[in-house]
Amino acid sequence: MIKLTIDHSEVVVPEGTTVLNAARQAGIRIPSLCYLEGVHVVGGCRVCLVEVEGAKALQASCSMPASEGLKIRTNTPKVRAARRTVMELLLSDHEGDCQTCTRSHDCEFLAVAHDLDIRDLHFTGAKHHQLTDESTPALVRDSAKCIMCRRCITVCSDIQATGALWAQDRGFECVAAPAFGQNLDRVACVQCGQCAAVCPTAAITERDHIERVWAALADPHKHVVVQTAPAIRAGLGECFGLPPGSLVTGRMTAALRRLGFDGVFDTNFTADLTILEEGTELLTRLKAALVDQKPVAIPQFTSCCPGWIKFAEYFHPDLLPNLSTAKSPQQMFGALAKTYYAKTINRRPEDIYVVSVMPCTAKKFEAQRPEMNASGFQDVDAVLTTRELGRMITQSGLDFTALPDEAMDQPMGMSSGAADIFANTGGVMEAALRTVWCLVTGTAFPFEKLHVAPIEGLEGVKEISITIPSTVPEWDFLKGQTLKVAVAHGLANADRLIEQVKAGQKAYHFIEVMSCPGGCIGGGGQPRFTTNDVRRDRMKAIFAEDEGKQVRMSHENPAMATLYRDFLGAPLSETSHHLLHTHYQRREIHH
Amino acid sequence: MNTCGACSCGTASSEGDLLVRLDETIGAYQTVPGGLIPVLQIAQGIYGHLPETALQRICAGMGKSYSEVAGVVSFYSFFSTQPRGRHTIRVCLGTACYVRGGNRVLAGFKQALGIEVGQTTPNLQFTLEVARCLGACGIAPACLVDSTVHQSIKPTQIASILQSYE
Repeated sequence: MIKLTIDHSEVVVPEGTTVLNAARQAGIRIPSLCYLEGVHVVGGCRVCLVEVEGAKALQASCSMPASEGLKIRTNTPKVRAARRTVMELLLSDHEGDCQTCTRSHDCEFLAVAHDLDIRDLHFTGAKHHQLTDESTPALVRDSAKCIMCRRCITVCSDIQATGALWAQDRGFECVAAPAFGQNLDRVACVQCGQCAAVCPTAAITERDHIERVWAALADPHKHVVVQTAPAIRAGLGECFGLPPGSLVTGRMTAALRRLGFDGVFDTNFTADLTILEEGTELLTRLKAALVDQKPVAIPQFTSCCPGWIKFAEYFHPDLLPNLSTAKSPQQMFGALAKTYYAKTINRRPEDIYVVSVMPCTAKKFEAQRPEMNASGFQDVDAVLTTRELGRMITQSGLDFTALPDEAMDQPMGMSSGAADIFANTGGVMEAALRTVWCLVTGTAFPFEKLHVAPIEGLEGVKEISITIPSTVPEWDFLKGQTLKVAVAHGLANADRLIEQVKAGQKAYHFIEVMSCPGGCIGGGGQPRFTTNDVRRDRMKAIFAEDEGKQVRMSHENPAMATLYRDFLGAPLSETSHHLLHTHYQRREIHH
Repeated sequence: MNTCGACSCGTASSEGDLLVRLDETIGAYQTVPGGLIPVLQIAQGIYGHLPETALQRICAGMGKSYSEVAGVVSFYSFFSTQPRGRHTIRVCLGTACYVRGGNRVLAGFKQALGIEVGQTTPNLQFTLEVARCLGACGIAPACLVDSTVHQSIKPTQIASILQSYE
C-alpha cells in the first residue's frame, strides 16, 4: 500500500493506483476526457492536470502512478488556469451545436466544460479540416466534433483487433479516421460501434433510424411490429435515470405499445429458436465427425453476433464453414414476422414493417445484408439502438418510470430464461448447453441454478469441458464423450483464441463469440457510459430475468412446439433452411 | 514498366521484379519490432513512392491494418503516396534562411518549375518541398537537392541549379 497526500487529505491506495483514482478515493473527482480505465491511459487531453510538489510542470493525473509520500494539489489557481486553457483550446476547434446535437444530454466534453465553469472562449482561429462520413449502414462520423482523444482508435485496435480507425496526418491536420482520411466503407470495419460507445462527443454515432420508424408508425397501410433484444431490458432504464441493472421489461413493453406498435414481440422468441436450430446443427456436425467419420467443420462457432460475422468474413475467411449457418435471432424474427406471423394475421409480407430494438449498431448493418430477404422483402426494416428507443420514448412524452408493467404479445413474445441470457457473454453457450444436455442425456442439467459458472463473467476467454455420462438411445454415440466449449468476447480475445485453435494448441467443439466486451449488454448501442461495473450490474439483471421464468430451457418453450408443428416442421427442415439459415461471404480487407 | 526510383539510375524494372524485392523486404522485417518504418522506407526506394498496391501488400505482410499503415505514412513528410520526381528539392525555410530570403528562393523555384510545394513536375523530373532548417544556417539561404546542399542562393541562380540536374 502507498500513502500520499491529495490536497489536505492523506490517502492510502494499492500500488499501481493512478493519482486520478487515488483522488476519487479522497472524494475528489478530477475531470478527464481521453482516459478510459484499463483501456486508454495516455494522458493525451491534459484536462486532468494536477500540481505535484517538487515537479516543475503540471502532471496528467490519469497516467501518473501514485507513489509514497507524493503531495498532490488538485485545485490551485495554476491547475484551474491550465485546465481552463486546455478546455478552451479544445472547444475552439469543436463544432458546438449543442442545442441540436444527439449527445447534448450525455456529452462528456460538455460535462467537463460545465464542471470547469467555462463561460468565455478566448481563442478563435482556424478549425481543422472537417468531414462527415455516412458511407456505412451503422455508423456516422463527424470530424467537426472530434477532440482527438483517440479512445476510438484504441478500442478499435486493442479491444476489437480491427484497426479501422487510426490517427491520420499530423499536428493540426491530425484526424482519427480510416486510412488517409477516407470513408469507413473503404476499410475493414465490422460496425460493432464500440467507437461510438466510448466517444466522449458526437464524433461517431449510430445511423439514426428514428424518423423512418415514426413514418412507418404513421402509415395506416403498415402493420408495424417490434422485437426487443434480450439486453435492452437491462439497459433501457438508464436512459431515464434508473441505475444500471434495472430490469424494465414490463415498462419497456408498455412504452412500445403506447408508441403505437401493432405487435410488441421479443427477439427472445427467436433466441430460443436459434438454440434449437444451432444446437441441432452442432449435434449433426458431431455425429458426422464421430459416427460417419466425415470431414466436417469443427469447432462450430456461434453466429448471433453480426460484428463477429463480419470480422470472420474479413480476417478468418477459412473459418466460414465453421460458422453456424443459423441466422441471428434478429434475422430469424424478421423472416418469421413476414411469413409465419403474417399468415396468422392474414396480412401480406409487404404490409408488415419490422422494427428491431438492439443494443448494437452492427445489427443495422446485418439487417441490410442483401441475403436477408427470406420473406421476399427485407426481413428487418429498421433497427433502433437502445439509445434511439430511449430518445423516441422521451420524444413521445411518456413518463417511462411511471409506466405499468405489461406483457408482450403472442405468439412471438414467449420465451424461456435461456433466451434472456443471450445478452451476456457466455449466455448463448449456456443456453445451448442446457438444451443439448437435456436432449442428449434425458437428465436434468447438473449445474447450480442452471448456471455454468466457468463461462460466465468478464474474463476475456472462458472454457469448460463437460463429459456426457449417459445418453438417450438416439445420441448414444456421445456417451462418454467430453464436450469442450469456449467463450470469447471482445474481438481481440476471439482473435487470440482462434489463432490458438488454428495452431493446434487448443481444440474445442463449440465456440461462442460476441464482439463487445461483456456481450450484448455492453453493446455499441447501449446507454453510455458502459464501465465494467455497469456490465456486471446489467449481467446480474439478465440472470435475475432468467431465474424469474417458469421455463428456463429453450426446448421447453411451448411456443417452439407450436411453431414447429404448425409451420417449420423440424429443426433444419427445408422451411427452416430457407427462412432461418444463411451463408457467409469472404470479404476483401482492402479495396 | 517502372523506373528504378531507388538510385536514380533510370534502369527499367518490371512490376514483378519490384514485387519480389518488396516481398523480400517484408520477409526480412516481418518479425522485427518497429519493422514497419524501415519497410516503408525501402519500399519507397523501390517504387519511388508508396503506391496503394505496395501499401496493401505491406499491411498483409506485416499484419497491420491499412489505417494503421496509412497513419504512419501520413505522419512522416518523407513518405509520399504520389509519384515523385527524379530529384527532390527541399528549400530551407528555417529562421536563418527565411530572414536571408529563403521565401524568395522558394518563389523562384515555384516559378521556374511551374509547381507548388508538395507537387511534382509533369515530366517527373523535380519534386518541390520545404525544409525546416537543414542545419546550414551559416550559408543561408540554403536548399537541398537530393543529398547536395546549395548555399547562399540568389533567385537568379535558380535556373542554373535546375539545369545541372536536367
